[in-house]
Amino acid sequence: MKAKKRYFLVLISCAFLLLCYFGGYHLLKNGDKKTKDFKLTKHKVRGYLDTRELYRDKDSTTSSRLRREERRRSSDTLTCSMDTCFDFFRCRNDFKVYIYPTKDSISPAYQKILSIIQESRFYTEDPSQACLFVLSLDTLDRDHLSPDYVKNIKLKLYQQAKYWDNGRNHILFNLYSGTWPDYVEDLGFNVGQAMVAKASTSVSKFRPNFDVSIPLFPKHHPKKGGERGTLTSNNFPVNKRYTLVFKGKRYVHGIGSETRNSLHHIHNNKDIIIVTTCRHGKSWKQMKDERCETDNKEYDRWDYQLMMENATFCIVPRGRRLGSFRFLEALQAGCIPVLLSNGWELPFGEVIDWGKATVCTDERLLLQVPDVVRSISKTRVHALRQHTQVLWENYFSSVEKIVMTTLEIIKDRINYHVARSYFVWNSHPGALLLLPQFSDVLRDFPFHWRHLGTSLKSNFTAIIYATMPIASASSSLSRLIKNVAKSSFASRIMVLWNGETAPPVVSKFPQVAVPVNIIQPPQKTISSRFHPHLLVQTDAILNLDEDVVLSTEEIDFAFKVWRSYPERIVGYPARSHYWDESKSCWRYTSKWTNEYSIILTGAAFYHRYYNYLYTYYLHSVLHKTVDQSQNCEDILMNFLVSHVTKLPPIKVTQRKNYKENVAMDGKMYPIPWNDPDHFIQRQACMTTFVEIFGYMPLIRSSLRLDPVLFKDPVSNLRKRYRKLELEGGK
Amino acid sequence: MVSVRNAPRLTRRYTPFFNVLFCFILVALVLGGLSTLWPWNSETPKREFVLQSEEFAPVATVLSTDALAKSTKSSCTFYNCFDVYRCGQHGSSLTVYIYPILRYVDENGLPVMNALSKEFMEILEAIQESKFYVTNPDKACILVPALDLLNQNNLHLKETSQILAGLPYWNSGINHLLFNMLPGNVPNYNPCLEVERDNAIVAGAGLSTWTYRRTYDISIPLFSPLSQDFQHETIEINESPRKWLIVSPQINIHSEYREELEELKEEHPELLVLDECIPAKPDNATERCHDGETYFYPSILKNSTFCLVLQGARLAQATLSDAMMYGCIPVVAIDGYVLPFSEVLDWKRVAVRLREDHLHDLIHILKSISEHRILEMRKQAHFIWTQYFSSIQKITLTTLQIINDRVFPHFARTYEEWNDPPWKEGTTPPLNLPVIVPKSQGFTAVILTYDRVESLFKVIRRVVQAPSIAKVLVVWNNQQKHPPPATSWPKINKPLKVVQTKENKLSNRFYPYDEIETEAVLAIDDDIVMLTADELEFAYEVWREFPDRIVGFPSRVHLWDNNTGKWKYESEWTNEISMVLTGAAFYHKYYSYLYTTSLPGDIKTWVDSRMNCEDIAMNFLVANITGKAPIKVTPRKKFKCPECTNVEMLSADVIHMAERSECINKFAQVYGKMPLKTVEFRADPVLYKDNFPEKLKRFNNIGSL
Repeated sequence: MKAKKRYFLVLISCAFLLLCYFGGYHLLKNGDKKTKDFKLTKHKVRGYLDTRELYRDKDSTTSSRLRREERRRSSDTLTCSMDTCFDFFRCRNDFKVYIYPTKDSISPAYQKILSIIQESRFYTEDPSQACLFVLSLDTLDRDHLSPDYVKNIKLKLYQQAKYWDNGRNHILFNLYSGTWPDYVEDLGFNVGQAMVAKASTSVSKFRPNFDVSIPLFPKHHPKKGGERGTLTSNNFPVNKRYTLVFKGKRYVHGIGSETRNSLHHIHNNKDIIIVTTCRHGKSWKQMKDERCETDNKEYDRWDYQLMMENATFCIVPRGRRLGSFRFLEALQAGCIPVLLSNGWELPFGEVIDWGKATVCTDERLLLQVPDVVRSISKTRVHALRQHTQVLWENYFSSVEKIVMTTLEIIKDRINYHVARSYFVWNSHPGALLLLPQFSDVLRDFPFHWRHLGTSLKSNFTAIIYATMPIASASSSLSRLIKNVAKSSFASRIMVLWNGETAPPVVSKFPQVAVPVNIIQPPQKTISSRFHPHLLVQTDAILNLDEDVVLSTEEIDFAFKVWRSYPERIVGYPARSHYWDESKSCWRYTSKWTNEYSIILTGAAFYHRYYNYLYTYYLHSVLHKTVDQSQNCEDILMNFLVSHVTKLPPIKVTQRKNYKENVAMDGKMYPIPWNDPDHFIQRQACMTTFVEIFGYMPLIRSSLRLDPVLFKDPVSNLRKRYRKLELEGGK
Repeated sequence: MVSVRNAPRLTRRYTPFFNVLFCFILVALVLGGLSTLWPWNSETPKREFVLQSEEFAPVATVLSTDALAKSTKSSCTFYNCFDVYRCGQHGSSLTVYIYPILRYVDENGLPVMNALSKEFMEILEAIQESKFYVTNPDKACILVPALDLLNQNNLHLKETSQILAGLPYWNSGINHLLFNMLPGNVPNYNPCLEVERDNAIVAGAGLSTWTYRRTYDISIPLFSPLSQDFQHETIEINESPRKWLIVSPQINIHSEYREELEELKEEHPELLVLDECIPAKPDNATERCHDGETYFYPSILKNSTFCLVLQGARLAQATLSDAMMYGCIPVVAIDGYVLPFSEVLDWKRVAVRLREDHLHDLIHILKSISEHRILEMRKQAHFIWTQYFSSIQKITLTTLQIINDRVFPHFARTYEEWNDPPWKEGTTPPLNLPVIVPKSQGFTAVILTYDRVESLFKVIRRVVQAPSIAKVLVVWNNQQKHPPPATSWPKINKPLKVVQTKENKLSNRFYPYDEIETEAVLAIDDDIVMLTADELEFAYEVWREFPDRIVGFPSRVHLWDNNTGKWKYESEWTNEISMVLTGAAFYHKYYSYLYTTSLPGDIKTWVDSRMNCEDIAMNFLVANITGKAPIKVTPRKKFKCPECTNVEMLSADVIHMAERSECINKFAQVYGKMPLKTVEFRADPVLYKDNFPEKLKRFNNIGSL
């Protein structure tokens, strides 16, 4: 009986336990069921609002106009935005910049900035035309311990800035602000509603879409031109000796010391080299800690520049301020910056995608940095490194580029609907060379069509620059028109009449299948051949001198080549430049050489965008030089295109020597080619151009593009461009 | 009696077992009882988040004396308010925890929160189903309170703040994410949620530049329930012109805007300004009227190129997302509005922005926009809507992805990944530096060989004559035979390395060997003995000018055969080229890497199994990634080795050609298109065949047969 009771008890207990477990499961299942139920019935659950309410949610009491005015009034230095602190009315016509007359002495760096603006196409001397105002008071260095610090700036500002109006439409440039010990980001005076283009700005102080963050650049940063990136090899995989390096100051105490003091933790003396020194400032010996002595010894063993060139990644930590010179130095050297500067508003971050060229890490996670950089794939490292060079050359290599980028960013804000896209800013050749007024679609520019997957228009417009009257149907101009018109790719011929006499009547021209227009440029200058004209609807322009002798075959072949290289000048006769060591200047030569760097635009294909750039981008001094000499326009065009592409032009096969004798009606016209004055002029032009560009943009090439079967020992009948060979050399 | 006798024996035998069992049951019972009692005993009940209506959820009481969360910090940035240490334990991905749903009541048992809305439930559901979701709050980087803050109209500000402060892991709101769609309230409609929330992050619709904390908050689109109702409608975004240039479809705009628009309309009939119908039907959200004509709200957006978006009571307007849905390009004239997801989306490609003061310029500006641009924007607007705005789930996941990108910036999605539609064609070439490669590096000759030692040595002696050669690398592809002893190799003044491969595969020639230290690789067959030093050097020079292309000697072309409807491989003397054979060609080492790691489909195995077409595959690869044709240098040569001529050659040639044609067709099918580009030119030295003294030409030994 006892046993039976026990059995019973066991049975009951088991049942109870089962119930417990089962019940639990059941409950859990119940939860699941509820979720499913929710999914089934959620359309029955109330929405977060009533749809009718959403579309009727109207604030009929507050006048929108008053609201805007109120916001404008209440905007102070901290909350300014373009909507509230900028007077767009001043910019209604054009984007022009006015500089106040200089009274005080200013630092060379600020002098560079001012003269860049003065020389730019945005400069105006008329304050009533100005959209932006720039002070001639040096605000670059607002560290009051610095020798360049301008004292009594408030008073000077009051005296000088006639149009200050609480800073409205003014832009202030600043590299350093604040000083030991807290390095506050304050210029030491009330900037009011002025925009601040400042280096080392922090995210929290930066007024987005109003201020501009600029890079910290050294005093000796070149005004114009600037060096190219020093990346000499685009090798893959990036096989540098060191993975990650840093050589620089270490702060023993004070702001920014934390990060730099802990850098040594990731040093491994193999592929990660971190060397620091405490030797800086006057009193470093008093402040030094136990590591200083050994640190300094190690520090002196390494060369800063060599280290950068031999490393894949360079740590760019914050200094006392958030930005450092190191940033630009690493960028130029092609050493991928690893940013350790929390809250730094990166230079031109509004338009530049820094993720494409830098590795952004967190000061708080310093110890993870080695793992992070090692985890980046080979292809990404290669892409990052390549992009450092693109950005350096687009926006940072000279003071001119930094200043122009600043102005273009503001210009893009004003003309929002024609602003350049993020893609344009972050690809070669960059936004400074892509004038958005030319077109609002990228396929109209010569650079990005492959990326966009679009193709170029399959025909061209010929522009013939003419000065001599047409005498007969056999004149060279008539022949040229006939030959051009025979090309199946020609869509229009424009005769640009620049002669002294009235233009010839259309009936004088040969009857051809393509439309022929006679254009009289408003100004009879040689530059007018590059004037953008509405009639040019094709991507390609064939620019011609009237006395050029070209066959249809030559034109067709060159055009086909151009379609592979639409960003370059493709043409026939070539010239070259060289450096004259004895006179230390650049020389122009028309001798036959194994290399060339200029294609004469008397017979060349190029993209019509370059006409726009030539007219609206180039400096007025360049235009003046060309107009005064009535010469060199072709050299200038070559300068421009190479400046944009950083590549040489392309020479194609040509049948016979170009322009040897131009005899017409038995009367000899002067041939400028053989004129020594003409040559001296071109030499002088070259010197001026180099000076204005700030460097020599021309690049040499040593190849010529010929038809595939050119002069091959095969039957001529097989060759598509057989006539190119027939009269060769004559 | 047997049983009586037996029973005690049985009992005796089983007693210890029953005793143990009994003890076990007892212990289990006690533990079970304790476990059921546990939640009531502990102070913080450990509950899991279960997606359910709060009706079924446990009750939590909010006392009027409970502390509020501290006031919202306006100066928060990612660097000073966000705790990164909480993240990153889960690899390189965000982790998100959701608090359990509770029913909050006050002391009198009255609810202090409205019922959870459908949209909020969907947010929670999206998080729960995402890869970011974790159930352990200690492992979470982001914590999401199960509090429906979507509509501030439904909130008791004080109590909500008290609930927040009382959350078990609140920790002054650090890493807490709050979702809000309608901020502010009558009369001043603050553009940001007015609940005091300390450090918490806001994913809010209608944030303004002065309330949005960059790097910290996330601006999200206002979810439009109406477009949800019409989502099953198929929307075709095509190129056809639309009836209206611009429509202003909102009925909730201020009369001042309306007056201004009416004035504009006088001059420009292409502008359509819609208003409420008279008499007003407050129950109907979709009816709009103009001049006595009735229009149906979302579908009118289909008939207009641009849609004007103005602010109503709040900055965020459902019209923005409705317009994008219908491919109507939004014209946003709301000063200070932070556009949704503007941290990652390129709005310049989607919308036109206009200052409210410049509303009178509206038509003038819109008319200046070209047709192409309009098409691009129309497609982009619809794409961005589909990808990021079209459902609560997409909005939620985009928000989390943005935070993920901030926390792990080195793994962040790129601009292209965010903004480029998948149908974008075009190329993104990996080599795009506009430079002429410096000569100093030189090139590495990679010679693939099997057993033709004599010819190989000839080639080696030939190539080292080119001044720019840096190294010779012989790829020994014969596993049966060892390479000849070091002493028998030609004596050359450049380093020579031999790599022995494990398998006789053609792909070995394109392997990115570490021994190749230069950018330029010259791939050369072991029977190409006829190239002169001048030719090699000139080809290298050409490659330096075009480092992203294949530059080489023998060229081929692909042609479309209309009869067979297939591609055909052509090696005759043609006027065109589209391939350069890698039997003698320069290319960048990067392409070796790509060939080895990322040939699409089964091309690599196809090549290795047939022992053919590796060069065609390389040409496809480079043409596909660059969109450019290769470059042939110098005149045509006879590349056949003189010894190999025999009678069998002809028939072998025919088979060879057929195989090569088959390769082209196969590869084109794998790529889904024909990437090869055809050109009609080749590169020669500037003075080639010019009437000029030969000795003054830099490359004169060119083109000899």
